[in-house]
Amino acid sequence: MSRIELDTEVAGRTPGAAAAPRGRAERRLSREIVETRILGVLKWVTIALFVVATIFPFYYMLVLSVRSIEDLALDPGALWPPRGVSLDAFGEVLGSTDDGGQGFLTFLRNSGIIAVGTVVATLLVSILGAYAISRLEFFGRRQVHFLFLAVYLFPAILLAIPLFVLFTRIGLRGSLFGLTIVYISQTVPVTIHMLRNYFVTVPESLEEAAALDGATRLQTIRKVALPLAKPAIMATSLFVFMIAWNEFLFALLFLVEDRGRWTVSLGLSQLAGSIEVAKTVLMAGSVILTVPIIVVFFATERLLVEGLTSGAEKG
Amino acid sequence: MREAPLPAAEAPRRGRTLRQQEARAGLALLSPTLIVVLAVVVLPILWTILIAFQRLRLRDLRRSGIFGAELTLRNFETVLTSSGFLDALKVTLIYSVVGTALSIGLGLVAALVVRKPFRGRTLVRASMLLPYVAPVVAVTFVWEVMLHPELGIVNALGADLLGWKDRIPFLDQRTGTLSLFGWDLGVPTALIVLLLYQAWRYFPFSFLFILARLQALPADLDEAARVDGATPLQRFRYITLPQLQGVIALLAVLRFIWTFNEFDDVYLLTEGGAGTEVVAVRVFRYLTGRGDVGAAAALSLVLAAVLAVLLLLYFRFFVGRTREAETL
Repeated sequence: MSRIELDTEVAGRTPGAAAAPRGRAERRLSREIVETRILGVLKWVTIALFVVATIFPFYYMLVLSVRSIEDLALDPGALWPPRGVSLDAFGEVLGSTDDGGQGFLTFLRNSGIIAVGTVVATLLVSILGAYAISRLEFFGRRQVHFLFLAVYLFPAILLAIPLFVLFTRIGLRGSLFGLTIVYISQTVPVTIHMLRNYFVTVPESLEEAAALDGATRLQTIRKVALPLAKPAIMATSLFVFMIAWNEFLFALLFLVEDRGRWTVSLGLSQLAGSIEVAKTVLMAGSVILTVPIIVVFFATERLLVEGLTSGAEKG
Repeated sequence: MREAPLPAAEAPRRGRTLRQQEARAGLALLSPTLIVVLAVVVLPILWTILIAFQRLRLRDLRRSGIFGAELTLRNFETVLTSSGFLDALKVTLIYSVVGTALSIGLGLVAALVVRKPFRGRTLVRASMLLPYVAPVVAVTFVWEVMLHPELGIVNALGADLLGWKDRIPFLDQRTGTLSLFGWDLGVPTALIVLLLYQAWRYFPFSFLFILARLQALPADLDEAARVDGATPLQRFRYITLPQLQGVIALLAVLRFIWTFNEFDDVYLLTEGGAGTEVVAVRVFRYLTGRGDVGAAAALSLVLAAVLAVLLLLYFRFFVGRTREAETL
């Protein structure tokens, strides 16, 4: 009797016991649905906000570069050129100072020389270095990274002081060559890192085969390792190009005295402070400064991202 | 391809000469790198230490010898007791801490929203990287014009849409008044603008690395949590976020170092005016404005030393504690 009672009790409780979790599950499910819906909407709103916030300044730059300064003063809130497009600003900013222009063509030449020089020299140096670090066993191989840390840990301004003194003494200040040397030292560590990450993924056996065939070490690098690493080298070159093209502090310290040596970045920053040059003309200068970088960036975005973040996935 | 394991296995047998050869080749190939880094980075850093203890002015640069001048502590006395030094240090700290937090926070949000594939994702991702890759001089100039009191679009839209009565000189205003619910709050306008700029320009860096980590996360944990009934927010809080801890901690250190040392952005936007003078800009002022190379070197060393102490504390207490927690 008592047994049956007990049984019915258990049986009686079962539906209730089952109902409780189901209720919780339903509540959880509805919370899941609510959260998923809200987050789904929020996600697109956030993406839109990010895209607008990141692209708008560049769009604004482009719009201002094709407006006249009078037009801008009349209607500073316009989101598109209200009175037509004019390319006069580009003519003025590129023209030489003798013709009443701002001489950006000279600045472009200087920036180009420095950036290309830096790319070539940095690659020569860092391909050898990266190959050594990824392939050869030697004393200090693992300690090299600490040396590189020094480049990025210390403020650039600390480094700039002795270099400023040194280059003044030996007469390299004010020369594009001196600046290129500084840029090489600033870019070599990160390029070695990027290239090394690539070299370690290339199978060593190919190079060993070449070595067995009697190729010297340098021949092996040139004939076997380099062709395989072409995409990585491409991405690294463009990365270095971007750094050298964008650099400001060292250019300011070393080249500011001679307008004929200014880079585009330096020229724009120096003229931005003056009242004589219209902001819209300088916007055209900004476009000229930015376009090469954006072209290079979109051409290599994927390679660049992979090269920089490889190794980061592991956390 | 088959020979791959052979040389490694053979190496000990072939004896020393091969290893010595390899070591020599390694150093030879690395020597151009070492020479450049030593000559243009390491030696200059050491030289800065020497200069910091010398009385060296810009105009005597060509004449004075490297070791000629007598050593003195006066440069440190000058920079440490100068008015504005403590303010500059305070601004630098605020700028680095808040700037780092904002840029990582935005980077995390950006990475989470583009985590799953959708149409146009590549383009969205590329556009989110633009602020970081574009030339610093160009982007600071655009911000300057956007925030310009007369010509800028921000003030124009503020007047048209929000009914601002006075134009706000965002980059030249040390303290502005913000009226909220009848309260007048004093806000450091220029510093806030600088922080917003910093977040805008540097979030892509965090975004890139957090996204790379997110995409490498195993899907099964998240799936298991979903089956167990964890809601999206719970899955983020208890599954995703803990796995991002490592990369976020690394980003925090890197961004903090770089923001702490930053010169370009601040100098180009405000030239250190209106309560935004960070230490790096102050070093530049000593160097070019006053032509006091010794004081500039001393202050840059102080900057590096403060950073070193902060990093040491961070690794000591923060990293040490998490490691203890892991062993427990």
